[in-house]
Amino acid sequence: MELIGEVAAWLTDPANWMGRDGIPARVSEHVFLSGFSLLVGLAIALPIGLAIGHSRRWTGAVIAITNVGRAVPSIGILGIAFTLTLPLVAALDLRNIGTPATVIALIALAIPPIVINAYIGIRDVDPDVVEAARGMGMSGRQVLRRVELPLALPVILAGVRTASVQVIATATLGAILSTGGLGRYIVDGFAQQDEPQMVSGAILVMLLALLSEGLFALAQRRAISPGIRTDRGSITGPVNEPAPGLGL
Amino acid sequence: MTDQPFFRIDWIVDNADVLAQAVGEHIVLTLIAMVGGIAVAIPVTLLIHRRRRLIGPVLGFTGILYAIPSLALFALLIPITGLGLATAEIALISYTLLILIRNGLAGLDGVEPDIVEAATGMGHTGRQRLWRVELPLATPVIMAGVRVATVTTIGLVAVTALIGQGGLGFVIITLGIRRQFTTAILVGVALSVLLAIIADRGLVLVERALTPWARHGEGG
Repeated sequence: MELIGEVAAWLTDPANWMGRDGIPARVSEHVFLSGFSLLVGLAIALPIGLAIGHSRRWTGAVIAITNVGRAVPSIGILGIAFTLTLPLVAALDLRNIGTPATVIALIALAIPPIVINAYIGIRDVDPDVVEAARGMGMSGRQVLRRVELPLALPVILAGVRTASVQVIATATLGAILSTGGLGRYIVDGFAQQDEPQMVSGAILVMLLALLSEGLFALAQRRAISPGIRTDRGSITGPVNEPAPGLGL
Repeated sequence: MTDQPFFRIDWIVDNADVLAQAVGEHIVLTLIAMVGGIAVAIPVTLLIHRRRRLIGPVLGFTGILYAIPSLALFALLIPITGLGLATAEIALISYTLLILIRNGLAGLDGVEPDIVEAATGMGHTGRQRLWRVELPLATPVIMAGVRVATVTTIGLVAVTALIGQGGLGFVIITLGIRRQFTTAILVGVALSVLLAIIADRGLVLVERALTPWARHGEGG
């Protein structure tokens, strides 16, 4: 496999570490696109999920939307956002024609997993604990902030982790709209039949995705209240929750 | 941009044959991935159900596979398996494994130990116990995993159009995004979602048929 040597050469070539399309620039584009979208998504999704979990209203609608969201191809969201933002891009004469669409698509994709996990996390808090908190004289808001939220935190983080996997993957796809980020090495390498560039890009994307996974796994573990922490590791559990009622 | 209308019904009518072919290809790509995924997941799940030490490594590995962005996985596979169906399916199958194996294991683990013991006491061998007792009782959780994996795969298949596979991704990417033609993108997305809903409903029916003793009390 001489390709391995070529990839190693590509990754260590100082020329690929400099300039607007160098590795540091592409990595920071990818991180910034993903991180910004994830934060905006979190800011939108978390209050919705918490409110639904706390009040138990609109649950059917949320589950249905999440399930349909799972079925929507992310490339399709990217495409719809692209044609919708083209007039804006033309009006503002933006150079990066795909960037607004990519950000919008990433935010849209980040929302459903965070909403559903926040809802499930709050819903599955032991009702006795909530009642005890009420009995101690806590208001609804206090119960949410001091009892439900801390207990639901690991599940909420699992949702953010799922969202982050989606966002990093779709930020890579943004390259087909010529958005920046590490996907550019893959798309450009593919177009130029430059396999070392393509494979190097794939390795960098993979490392970034796994780094984010590792950080979230660590955060999830630490978020479990020490009193109930076991060393069983992942708290994600089986995926048997959102499947019911996809159509309804 | 030309000032064409936002949504063109006439285009759908004119291209009904193209769309029908894309739907057919999409279904085939999904079926291959699901059959392949289940074929890999069954032995692995049974293995880790018995050899508990392997649970961590197996779920860790499939979790890593799941986290690799599809475009990156394609790019890593192309030099090895080329630009074609094999690359697309290897990627799609590897994304189904985490969900299928995790739910399979949770289903088997969820069977009451007393029931397993009763089956052993009635003289079932390990294999009989698995087929007659454990698997039937685990079916709802296993099927939940199959449904989620199927719906997810139908969404993911679209990306394989980037490496020359057909399906609704061809409609979304080649006819839609590359030509900046909104109608094709919307139609491709809508058909993909419709396929997912139909598949999900269909699998609910399969589950009901497989668990005739659980007829009442569960809404779909």
